[in-house]
Amino acid sequence: MTDLDTFRQETRAWLEENCPQSMRSPFGSEKEVCWGGRNFKFYSEDQRLWLERMAEKGWTAPDWPTEYGGGGLSRAEHKILLEEMARIQARPPLNSFGIWMIGPAILKFGSEALKQQHLPPIVRGEIRWCQGYSEPGAGSDLAGLQTKAEDRGDHFIVNGQKIWTSYADRADWMFALVRTNPDVKKQEGISLVLFDMETPGVSTRPIKLISGESPFCETFLDDVRVEKDQVVGEVDKGWTIAKYLLTHERSMIGNMGSTAAGQKTLPQLAASAVGLQDGKLADTMLRAEVASWTIDSIGYELTAERARDEAKAGQGVGNVSAMLKYAGTELNKRRYELLVAAYGSEGLIWEGDSRPAGALPQQWLRTKGNSIEGGTSEVQLNIIAKNILGLG
Amino acid sequence: MQKLVLTEEQQMLKDAAQGLFSDQAPVSQLRKLRDEKDPLGYVPEFWNQAVELGLAGTLIPEAYGGSEFGHVGMGQVMEEGGRTLAASPLFASGVLGACALMLAGHGSQKDILKDIAAGTHLMALAIDETGRHQPARVATKAEAQGDGFVLNGNKTFVVDGHIANTLIVSARTSGGERDEQGITLFLVDANAEGVSVERTIFPDGRNYAKVELQNVAVGADAVLGPKDQGYESLQKVLDIGNAHLAAELLGLSSEAFERTVAYMKERKQFGVYISSFQALQHRAAHMWSELEQVKSMVLKALMALDASDDQASLLVSAAKAKASQVAELVTNEGVQLHGGMGMTDEFDIGLFMKRARPVQLLLGDFRYHADRVATLKGF
Ligand SMILES: Cc1cc2nc3c(=O)[nH]c(=O)nc-3n(C[C@H](O)[C@H](O)[C@H](O)COP(=O)(O)OP(=O)(O)OC[C@H]3O[C@@H](n4cnc5c(N)ncnc54)[C@H](O)[C@@H]3O)c2cc1C
Repeated sequence: MTDLDTFRQETRAWLEENCPQSMRSPFGSEKEVCWGGRNFKFYSEDQRLWLERMAEKGWTAPDWPTEYGGGGLSRAEHKILLEEMARIQARPPLNSFGIWMIGPAILKFGSEALKQQHLPPIVRGEIRWCQGYSEPGAGSDLAGLQTKAEDRGDHFIVNGQKIWTSYADRADWMFALVRTNPDVKKQEGISLVLFDMETPGVSTRPIKLISGESPFCETFLDDVRVEKDQVVGEVDKGWTIAKYLLTHERSMIGNMGSTAAGQKTLPQLAASAVGLQDGKLADTMLRAEVASWTIDSIGYELTAERARDEAKAGQGVGNVSAMLKYAGTELNKRRYELLVAAYGSEGLIWEGDSRPAGALPQQWLRTKGNSIEGGTSEVQLNIIAKNILGLG
Repeated sequence: MQKLVLTEEQQMLKDAAQGLFSDQAPVSQLRKLRDEKDPLGYVPEFWNQAVELGLAGTLIPEAYGGSEFGHVGMGQVMEEGGRTLAASPLFASGVLGACALMLAGHGSQKDILKDIAAGTHLMALAIDETGRHQPARVATKAEAQGDGFVLNGNKTFVVDGHIANTLIVSARTSGGERDEQGITLFLVDANAEGVSVERTIFPDGRNYAKVELQNVAVGADAVLGPKDQGYESLQKVLDIGNAHLAAELLGLSSEAFERTVAYMKERKQFGVYISSFQALQHRAAHMWSELEQVKSMVLKALMALDASDDQASLLVSAAKAKASQVAELVTNEGVQLHGGMGMTDEFDIGLFMKRARPVQLLLGDFRYHADRVATLKGF
């Protein structure tokens, strides 16, 4: 037996013993998702226990070094862990911008003190982060951001406004891009800073989305004090880090193209909605579209896998995250359009006692943001055209 | 799990094939074959070189003189051949013929493999009877007579039919016209009495034939695989064929795409390179993204065949479907983005479109394979 086989056996046994039964099914609703943080209210004791046990092993951040609380797993082990979790339909114990975005950036660019301070609480789900990138005047043209940070010796004073800040009203800390030097090329005067959302001068106002939910906010920064040791990397050199972080964010958003473990696939849902006739989806045109989508989803999964394998083998082109983000989010939007079509009018029931498709109308609308957040599809195509194909 | 990257040996084979095709079978060779209405449809000197490099025997076991390099290896050769639109008997003999014999042949039938690896014996698979691929729709009849059979029927779209020494023919020994049950595969000498082969000309200048079988008598030893149960081995051969056609489509689409991007960087209008127009940049970026999906799918399908993965049929059909769809996109856009130049015979870009369509259709197009994906997925 190889080491990996042993690892698989042990992991399987551990999960069997430690994953609470109620955590072994797809999320029923948004409130069942664990985001952690100071003010997070666990919806069940099992949810709390599951986070605690996984965090204990570092498996909320399986590939981070153990010295910062991570699981220290190799890529192969990490994959096995995910496979074993999928086998029993275990839910992810923690959703976290800390793990997906700022953590990797601190790991790569942060000082030792920053790593010690911020990474372990992220792994344990104690601190919840939000991303202060976009501003009213700086969306796709992110480097045009205006929020300014004035140097006051041992600290900065930050003034400005952020927008579309996901979960700003529920987050404990923010990682933000600020302008530390207005006199140079726009990409060269930006810094990435960290501050507590309870710092005086930080306020948020929720924005309601077309889905009816309010997951993001306007964030106002008025004379907010940020300590100098909370700059990730060097002052004025934040743009490179910001872009590195974006590649992580894009891979994560692109992953929405995948059907999560335990989630019903589009063909399964379509079959339950319209039924089968002689073993085929009863609506032939819909069947053709679902087949076409299925082919593309196989392609997307394999391409994400190949990108990881190539990166590991030191091959492949950079910037593939732009392509994966573009392909994955467009795929996810198509999935929801097809689901709405499959359920027909039943799928659009927004409120009411009988909602055969559950929160489908809200979810369908939410997917429209996939090709906007983290850089729009058009911006991803620009990146491919310029950086990969050399068109200009 | 196997990584989705080539091994060093596979990469070396790819490089060797690339060298051979670009030196010895560039696009200009196909053009010449077409213009001269070459009776063979390929250049024997080039074929000899390919054979010398071992390409004809890539899939054939060493005991029969091949290199047993596997589908991933052969797929790289097909992809590189797709880039230069190289015409050769490689697919009909080295892929379809060789695999049919390997999968279904008995002792002495397999001896042909030696001659296939040596490039001296050419095969062709004669299965379709209608314009659209329907491998179970077999009206050709094989009636028992004495120890053997008598074959009657018509086959169409037979790749390399007019140069083949041996045809592999699907014929009905029982069952109704569309039954999977009752199909038997036969090895038929192309020169046997009653066999007439008519070469048909296609836009890609390659070899396809219509084959008519009129009271063709064959012995019992001509039966390839089990009687009445030929459909099962045929499906395996078709999976293999489709994976390699998908690889060829990947090669020709990649080449057409790269030529288009290069043209965008040299053509000026309004005082600037047309590559500076964002409307065109986005179309190119979209095509690149689509090609990346095809690349992953083709590689995975080939690996699945090598590993006898139980998902192989699904992965092959998905790959052929996507490769067909993207080949159509990229070759159409290729002509469009070349402007008037794209419509001229003198410019190569149109040749890629003219090759793509028959390859897309051969052994099932996007629609055929999308339907098969749905069926295999249970919907
Ligand atoms: C659900 C959701 C969550 C988000 N969460 C966060 C968050 O947590 N933190 C955060 O900082 N931001 C967040 N954002 C903001 C997001 O990053 C921006 O919305 C995005 O970058 C686009 O910027 P914009 O909205 O200003 O659109 P604009 O840049 O104004 O774009 C408008 C349109 O113009 C197109 N366009 C713009 N420039 C070009 C160009 N050069 N070429 C071609 N087309 C172009 C765009 O593609 C788009 O179609 C979130 C957004 C959404 C939808």
